[in-house]
Amino acid sequence: MWKLLQIELFKIFKRPRTYIAFGAIAAVVFLIQVALKFDGKSYIDLLMSNLKDSFDFNDDFKLDLLNGYLICFVILNTLLIQMPLLVALISGDSIAGEANMGTLRLSLTKPISRTQYMLVKFLASVIYTVALLIWMAVLALFGSMLIFGTNDMVVLRSEGIEQIQSFDVMWRYIAAFGYAAVALTTVSALSFLLSVFAENSIGPIIATMSIVIVFTILSEMNIPIYDQTVKPYLFTSHMVAWKGFFYVKADAEGTTINGSIENLPAIMRSLSILLIYIGLFFGSAVWVFRKKDILT
Amino acid sequence: MSSIIQVKDLNKDFGEIKAVSNLSFSVPAGQVYGFLGQNGAGKSTTIRMLLTLIKPSSGTIQIFGMELQKHRKEILRKVGAIIERPDLYKYLTALENLRIFGIMSGIKISEKKLMEQLAMVGLADRAHSKVKTYSQGMKQRLGIATALVHDPELIILDEPTNGLDPQGIADIRNLILHLKKDLGKTLVVSSHLLSEVELIADSMIIIDKGKKLVEGKVNDLFDPSETVVEVKTINDEIALEKLKVSQLGQFILNKRNDAILLKLHREQVPVVMKEMVQMDIGILSFHSKHSLEDYFLSLTTANQHVETVAN
Repeated sequence: MWKLLQIELFKIFKRPRTYIAFGAIAAVVFLIQVALKFDGKSYIDLLMSNLKDSFDFNDDFKLDLLNGYLICFVILNTLLIQMPLLVALISGDSIAGEANMGTLRLSLTKPISRTQYMLVKFLASVIYTVALLIWMAVLALFGSMLIFGTNDMVVLRSEGIEQIQSFDVMWRYIAAFGYAAVALTTVSALSFLLSVFAENSIGPIIATMSIVIVFTILSEMNIPIYDQTVKPYLFTSHMVAWKGFFYVKADAEGTTINGSIENLPAIMRSLSILLIYIGLFFGSAVWVFRKKDILT
Repeated sequence: MSSIIQVKDLNKDFGEIKAVSNLSFSVPAGQVYGFLGQNGAGKSTTIRMLLTLIKPSSGTIQIFGMELQKHRKEILRKVGAIIERPDLYKYLTALENLRIFGIMSGIKISEKKLMEQLAMVGLADRAHSKVKTYSQGMKQRLGIATALVHDPELIILDEPTNGLDPQGIADIRNLILHLKKDLGKTLVVSSHLLSEVELIADSMIIIDKGKKLVEGKVNDLFDPSETVVEVKTINDEIALEKLKVSQLGQFILNKRNDAILLKLHREQVPVVMKEMVQMDIGILSFHSKHSLEDYFLSLTTANQHVETVAN
């Protein structure tokens, strides 16, 4: 099993297209960092615009806000929406790409069960997804910490702002990246399932993105009838729950409580739903693939 | 002689289409077994069922005396195959491809052994070149190397000479004979180049529309007392009409693009030739052919012939 996984990873990381995603992330992170380095104050002004009537921030305070932790939060907000496409590039290609190349039939004449084959393929896709996130963490979190330094982190919410003390931030990022890995694995599993039905990778990639876009629109729409009937069951509604790690509890005086999470049960519920989706998508993919006649 | 493969009452339906119908055959050990049929006859479907790529609708397949579905892994460990085109990972080198499929075959193979395999198919000097730089013939040879990398007892080659030049075809033929004679392997070879199969196969099966037409040793199947005569005339349509209404109509085998085929006993050839001249059929050439290809055509086009003549 380990040997087969090594082969899959070798194949993935030997392909030039694999590095498109890594390059795209590096480019976006770099552009955001450069923009905020040279014009961060304007960005903070924009963020604080709806609070300026309630609070009066001086320029030094604004510059303190603009630290590595906040920059990473901004980057995560921007990039995690786009990353499903980058994940689908590899997952959508995993079975359909082999079928298209003609290597699927050769691989399946080897003494490997189809379930084992699928498991290895899926694990390789998950490892690729995690590798993308680690790459993003290195650039967005550690890179920003290096460029902008560290300080207390301020999180803007509709009802105001929350200040998380510097020492209380890092574990939240670790948890957020971990959650993001599960969220993107859900997309990976969907793309993987669609890949079983196709004979070239374009179809599953486009289909995955279409589903993600439609579900995201439904998740974001404020239509009361959807709030209870549709939204709670869409995986896209739960993909953004990583933000919950940065929403903290406050005491009676309004001071944030270190180490607290405002609504951990909601995060865990979202996590469970994503895990169920992963199981459902992957289980269906294996079930279909085991029955499939290989005609390519 | 024991059988390596035993297929019994094999059927495969794709919806309404019956791709393989009640097919039974057995492949003797240590032989080259030819699998013949026209395009769409069901050869590739059958081979894919032998390799578990396609699930049969019904019927049984035993390989090495074991049920294929129950002992899939155990059997496939001892089988090497290429199916239609030898598609490989184009962005990897030959050596990397070979290593990957070696590991997938469940064995540990040294670098030296891999290079020996590449040398056997004449690719040692291009071992580190990416497959996308290979010619069709080189890809075909590399495909065969991947089929042989784990030293299988049974080798299944579906159209192994596809896309090869005459020298490439000769190389593959020699390799197949080497595998049989020197290494004692059993090979199942399907090909549309019937003359190729004639040169290498000990036994064969001919299938058409998913059904077995005939199976046996090549020498036994091919009746040396019969021959196929190719007659070219000034006007084939008129010639056919004249033949159909005469007693020579019974010998009509088929009508090709530019010739009429007759199946005759050898002693009938001069008699029939004389009668056709007397019938004032404008004969341009009268050529007696005697090969497996003619035999194959005589079987696979029989139905078509009946329809043609009836019309």
